[in-house]
Amino acid sequence: MGRVITLENVTKRYGAFTAVDDVSFTAQPGRVTGFLGPNGAGKSTSMRVMVGLTPPNGGRATIGGHLYSQIPNPARHVGVLLDASAQHAGRTGREVLRISADTMGVGPKRVEEMLELVGLSGNEAKRRVRNYSLGMRQRLGIANAFLGDPSVLILDEPVNGLDPAGIHWMRGLLRQFASQGGTVLLSSHLLHEVEMIADDMILIGRGKIVAQGTKAELLQTRGTYVKPEDPAALLQALQGAGVEAIPSGDGGFRSEAEPIDIGRAAAAAGVVLIELKPAEGAGLEEMFLQLTSDDARESITAQGVQV
Amino acid sequence: MNVATPHGSVAPGTLDLTADKPVPFGRLVKVELRKMLDTRAGLWLLISIVLLTGLVLVIFLINADDKSFVNAMQATATPQGILLPVLGILLVTSEWSQRTAMVTFTLEPHRGKVLWSKVTAAVLLGLAAVVLALVVASAVTAVGGTSDAWHDASLQLVLQYVVLQLLSVLGGLVFGLLFLNTAAAIVTSYALPIAFSIITSLVSSFHKVQPWVDPGTAQTPLQSGEILSGKEWSHVIVTSLIWVVLPFAIGMWRVLRAEVK
Ligand SMILES: Nc1ncnc2c1ncn2[C@@H]1O[C@H](COP(=O)(O)OP(=O)(O)O)[C@@H](O)[C@H]1O
Ligand SMILES: [Mg+2]
Repeated sequence: MGRVITLENVTKRYGAFTAVDDVSFTAQPGRVTGFLGPNGAGKSTSMRVMVGLTPPNGGRATIGGHLYSQIPNPARHVGVLLDASAQHAGRTGREVLRISADTMGVGPKRVEEMLELVGLSGNEAKRRVRNYSLGMRQRLGIANAFLGDPSVLILDEPVNGLDPAGIHWMRGLLRQFASQGGTVLLSSHLLHEVEMIADDMILIGRGKIVAQGTKAELLQTRGTYVKPEDPAALLQALQGAGVEAIPSGDGGFRSEAEPIDIGRAAAAAGVVLIELKPAEGAGLEEMFLQLTSDDARESITAQGVQV
Repeated sequence: MNVATPHGSVAPGTLDLTADKPVPFGRLVKVELRKMLDTRAGLWLLISIVLLTGLVLVIFLINADDKSFVNAMQATATPQGILLPVLGILLVTSEWSQRTAMVTFTLEPHRGKVLWSKVTAAVLLGLAAVVLALVVASAVTAVGGTSDAWHDASLQLVLQYVVLQLLSVLGGLVFGLLFLNTAAAIVTSYALPIAFSIITSLVSSFHKVQPWVDPGTAQTPLQSGEILSGKEWSHVIVTSLIWVVLPFAIGMWRVLRAEVK
């Protein structure tokens, strides 16, 4: 299975609460996989399971076919950033990297290269982490993840706290890493961030995978919603044009056809339309908004929409 | 920008581990020593140990009645006995208070190996403190000692002193491992043995077992300048099993199973 990150039926419970519920997915080499879900969805817990910090109650996570803990000197293969704030506040940025570099056995030169890579060379590297902004901590965390020259990256909310230029920079860095065959899994609670960076997406809500697929698949809104003045007349017109449509219960119809085909059929029959637009429902944005709004959570996770 | 390049030599989709070597234990120990020196808290603690050791010996030189080497050595036991446990505690607890355990255990998932490297680092730092004390005590004795200052010095007394100081640094580490919290570990590592001593000495039915369970009582002969009897060594060993080895095993077991976050 190579550098693939694989989760098989991973479950993590805290008492009666199931934080990660039978989660299975893969993240492929050469691609940036976005792990998207609202706060508390179980992203960080899943990622801690991947690197062996959280023992799961069931299932297993492997990286390139191995349990993380079975990889000798794992930092040489897997770059990990779980929490940019989990650094000793009293160490300088350079010293933080130096400790990691010494542990994994790469020289101090590599530390300087990584500081350069993330734009923390010079004075900033000499400052104590206590005085770093969140964005600087994220950059330091990225440097730490890249330090061992890994082929797999696991990054928990790495874009959090970065300014737009920083997000752009991160995008370029991760895209390049993936284009050279690396595997990237990054989590986020913001759809827009993932949309910008990822090739593939995994959507998690309340501990369950709700949707997964390529970005193109997930962002696609298939079909058309149309609402005519006279439903019977439109239905007749559409049947005449060979277009199938299903009543949506509010006087409108849903159809697999493109809006323009429906518009033409309606125009040819002289039917007045009140609304004509791409159908919503398969759209990731809507699904994500539904996940994020508390009261909608129940229904959407119960259905477990798969794309 | 090939600094951010994944392993070029590896075929796509293969995580080949045949050439991989585990992180050598010695490297982990070196990193632990470095961690102790690269923060203000750790550095000042070490500086304090050096300064206080020097200070008590200066006072010793001015004030002591019997300026023998053994007395000089024993004078350093008090400041070191107070500060070495803190060193042991910080070695463990700073990983949790600063949440660096997440990174440490990600770089080396074998947590037991990391904890043993901390134990080794604690022993090495404890030995360094002891050597410092012995060197300065020798210097002080050479400069201002009485004419027969070396008469009661013996290798066995020096070894007893080493044992005492190592028990002190390891005792601290163990409390750090039990609580994973600096303040709680410091308070308990000082207060609990004292409270325990008081209780066991108040209750007369405990008197016979006291040297077997109370480390304060058991370790007193180590500081007396006398060679320990076999029975006294047994007291030291048994109390160390109870107060150092057992809690270490419990703490280790918990850390190995715990979720780190
Ligand atoms: N130690 C714990 N005890 C109880 N609940 C926990 C614990 N750790 C995490 N959780 C819960 O598990 C859920 C998932 O958390 P997390 O993985 O951090 O979510 P995310 O990273 O997606 O925001 C949250 O509801 C959180 O409150
Ligand atoms: Mg999280």
